[in-house]
Amino acid sequence: MSDFPWLSVLIGLPLAGALLLIAIPRERETLVKQFALGVSVAVAALTGVMAAGFDAGGPRFQFEEKYWWIKEFGVHWALGVDGVALTLILLSVILVPLVMLASWGEADRSGGTDVPAKRSVKTYFALLLSLEAAMIGVFAATDVFLFYVFFEAMLIPVYFIIGSYGGAQRSYAAVKFLLYSLFGGLLMLVAVIWLYPLSAKSVDAGGLGRGTFMFDELSKMNIDPTTAKWLFLGFFIAFAIKAPMVPVHTWLPDAAQQSPAGALVLIVGVLDKVGTYGMLRFCLELFPGAAKWATPVVLGFAVLSIIYGAVLAIGQVDMKRLIAYTSISHFGFIVLGIFAMTSQAQSGAALYMVNHGFSTGALFLIVGFLIVRRRSARISDFGGVQKAAPVLAGTFLIAGLSGLSLPGLSPFVSEFLVVVGTFSRYRWAAVASIIAIVLAAIYILWMYQRTMGGPKVPAVEGMKDLSAREKWAIAPIIAIIVAMGFFPQPVLHVINPSVGHTLARVDQRDPAPAITGNVAENGARP
Amino acid sequence: MSTTSQVSAVLAQGGDIPAPHIEYGQIAPLLLVLGVAVVGVLVEAFVGRNARYYAQVPLAFLGLAGAFGWTVALAWRDNPHHVAAEGALGVDGPTLFIQGTILVLALVSLLLIAERAGGHFAAQASALPGSEAEQRTAEAGITQTEVFPLMMFAVGGMIMFPAANDLLTMFVALEVMSLPLYLLCGLARRRRLLSQEAAVKYFLLGAFSSAFFLYGTALLYGYAGSVRLSDISAQIGRDAGSETLLLAGVALLSVGLLFKLGGVPFHMWKPDVYQGAPTPITALMASGTVVAAFGGILRVYYVAFETLRWDWRPVLWGVAILTMVAGSLIAITQTDIKRLLAYSSIAHAGFLLLGVIASSPHGLSSSLFYLLAYGFTSVGAFAVITMVRDAGGEAGHLSRWAGLGKRSPVVAGVFAFFLLAFAGIPLTSGFTGKFAVFKAAVEEGATPLVIIAVISSAIAAFFYVRVIVVMFFSEPDADGPVVVAGPATAVAVALGVAATVVLGVIPQPVLDLAGQATTHMFVR
Repeated sequence: MSDFPWLSVLIGLPLAGALLLIAIPRERETLVKQFALGVSVAVAALTGVMAAGFDAGGPRFQFEEKYWWIKEFGVHWALGVDGVALTLILLSVILVPLVMLASWGEADRSGGTDVPAKRSVKTYFALLLSLEAAMIGVFAATDVFLFYVFFEAMLIPVYFIIGSYGGAQRSYAAVKFLLYSLFGGLLMLVAVIWLYPLSAKSVDAGGLGRGTFMFDELSKMNIDPTTAKWLFLGFFIAFAIKAPMVPVHTWLPDAAQQSPAGALVLIVGVLDKVGTYGMLRFCLELFPGAAKWATPVVLGFAVLSIIYGAVLAIGQVDMKRLIAYTSISHFGFIVLGIFAMTSQAQSGAALYMVNHGFSTGALFLIVGFLIVRRRSARISDFGGVQKAAPVLAGTFLIAGLSGLSLPGLSPFVSEFLVVVGTFSRYRWAAVASIIAIVLAAIYILWMYQRTMGGPKVPAVEGMKDLSAREKWAIAPIIAIIVAMGFFPQPVLHVINPSVGHTLARVDQRDPAPAITGNVAENGARP
Repeated sequence: MSTTSQVSAVLAQGGDIPAPHIEYGQIAPLLLVLGVAVVGVLVEAFVGRNARYYAQVPLAFLGLAGAFGWTVALAWRDNPHHVAAEGALGVDGPTLFIQGTILVLALVSLLLIAERAGGHFAAQASALPGSEAEQRTAEAGITQTEVFPLMMFAVGGMIMFPAANDLLTMFVALEVMSLPLYLLCGLARRRRLLSQEAAVKYFLLGAFSSAFFLYGTALLYGYAGSVRLSDISAQIGRDAGSETLLLAGVALLSVGLLFKLGGVPFHMWKPDVYQGAPTPITALMASGTVVAAFGGILRVYYVAFETLRWDWRPVLWGVAILTMVAGSLIAITQTDIKRLLAYSSIAHAGFLLLGVIASSPHGLSSSLFYLLAYGFTSVGAFAVITMVRDAGGEAGHLSRWAGLGKRSPVVAGVFAFFLLAFAGIPLTSGFTGKFAVFKAAVEEGATPLVIIAVISSAIAAFFYVRVIVVMFFSEPDADGPVVVAGPATAVAVALGVAATVVLGVIPQPVLDLAGQATTHMFVR
């Protein structure tokens, strides 16, 4: 491991790219797009080089950097990645260039059904790049304060993307998105602030003797149980809104319907993962006791999300809304896996975050292609597309099948691990969540059948198949979905050690729950 | 010690009154500002009409800059911690920080006041709105220059207010600060009736609050036998005297102080006055007056009533909660941009009160940082408002701002940035300030208050975001407002942006400064 500040560079590069983009004249739209794409490809390449140097058997956090930022508050510019963070950063940097490629013409045409006046292409790509910087930062931060800063900073570009480039109801959706997220974020802020005086307490009182926000130090504290419960709630509600879980999910379908499809890939594919990532990293490791205290309720809401999201998905008439509801269901699975607190389930959940990013990303990208052709995302506006555009329909089918966790495609592995891992401890939750797998087949196949199958509706007549650019955008994702369906081991190999750390921390004061086996005895544990 | 004994001592000496000892070097900034104000009056009297503007503007700038330089030098050289002018004024770290803040903000506001493009002030204040006299002065192209000495007097009062070490000096400072402001509020060039109504309202309510302040002073004198803050504190420590007088005095004094700050339920004047006053004056009030009033509150509560903390804390809790929640809630329904920022200012006053309630060194230093950060953002935001013009002056109604983001993206972007800073989004000064104050409050066990503050922030975010929605996500009107950017205003906006970014991204130097300023707290 070299001393090269990999992560700072990865955050700085897209940010610098966004600033340079502003210097390019507004009229030269192609140059703007090429430059933005170039920057994001460079970021992806650099991340790849960095990831190659990651040692799965090495220390937990690697590529660490630590400098004082605001000494007065005990805040560091502290970065570092473990396996889970690394895979999520990889997910982000792979998706961004593909999104740019796929939404080449989206900024000027808008993702909605109406066609508002021409928008600034430059701003759109600058916002995407700054979003990428914030996404890398949020996963790389090992200082809780810094994490919060990136967590909030992410909202601003998304807010402007939805608000300026979305559909007819875009400002409503943008404001709803921002207010939900801000509200959750501010609750988390109270908890973050609270951590400081707690850490400043003497070691005897459970503190560290000096105020800090460093994650690895905070996770050594012994917070008294009542306080820990409040702090847990502060963090958890923020993450549940972000993830989003029922009943605080209502911003997502609106945001999804109004957002341009390209940005939506990042919002649902990456941004919302910050919620589940935060649960795994912060809720569990900072407040292990409180996390166990809350587990039954959290599992209840997770199962509710799984089934509710799936049921509502069936009834949707808009494809973007439909996929958003399926995501709520999938996020339920991830939360279920995290809080089942077995190594299988948590590894499955961490893997699910990545797989869901690619699988949902593919679906949204293809819906974006459909919107460009038909200027609508309504299911009833389509029919018989597979006769007119077979490649498009084929990719849609693969992406859809990955969404219903067909064996051989990557989400199957993670969903299987989650359910098996959960079953060993919370049998009821695992059984209940199985229902959603059946429902998933209904919503995906029915959507496919109504849009792609059947007789061609007149509007689909003469629909163009995927262009070369679109194929380049979607092919890598499909390849990843298939590859990881058959060979999940390399990713699991990276994820497992960090999940092991989390589990060790959670069970530290609650020894000897058998992680595998002994199903019957552990089935009734609270 | 007490005044009566002094008087009898003087009488015993047969009228030989000793000359008071004044440390001129220590209070030079104050003297300089007031001196410049007096010279400004003379300029009005003796300099020809056309030359006045060119005499007043450099004079005011030099006066403020000189006073600021002297304040910095004072703090830099010997970091003083003592009382000056026979104990009337305190010269200590926090005071110098507050005075420096006020002077810097006054300099930026002066840029707006001195802006000639568009002209914000009525040419002749005495001319009735719509009258022939007004017409004549307008045709003659007369520029209002009396605003400069008036403003200097007001700034003089502002920097005296937080330094005042006894309640009578504080009262004098309060009046020196307020009287010119009452006048300045009525000088708007356009919508003059609204402006004059604001001035009268401000004057009447301000007079009431002054009466409260004075009554409180009298009761506290009755309790402690002195108006000196340290004597009152010592008397409270002795636990002697009538508690009724003490508590009634504290209550009345607090009413007077909270009125100037705009705490609920003493906030009624703020929206009307902010809306009616010429916008450069609103900028001065939203930055300088708030800082001065808060500086005074800090000194009174930290010095005189510190030992009484358990009595006033619950009351301030109530006021802070009301101020934060009411300010944020009422702001939602506003449709005028200046009224909206007035309610936002009320909400921020509530957040600031958390720093008083903390009553700890961290509470003090975080409040100082917050004041500086908020002041700069406020001046910047009002500066942007002066730039967005309709046929009839500034485009005040929110609906007129629709689509500004497409018409002039830079101005709208800057304003959106200020709004995000008000909302407390990370990487802006607003976030750092809020974080500092909230942290101080949590450290002192005021966590429930911080939770309420955070919820109010979420409510407040709603209306800030609403303005951004109007600017960016709605289609522009065909006859929308135009942006008139005078050079001085542009500089003021640029300074506001720079301060908001720097205090948000690298706040450490200023936090250090505030920390050093408060190592010895206020002098007693």
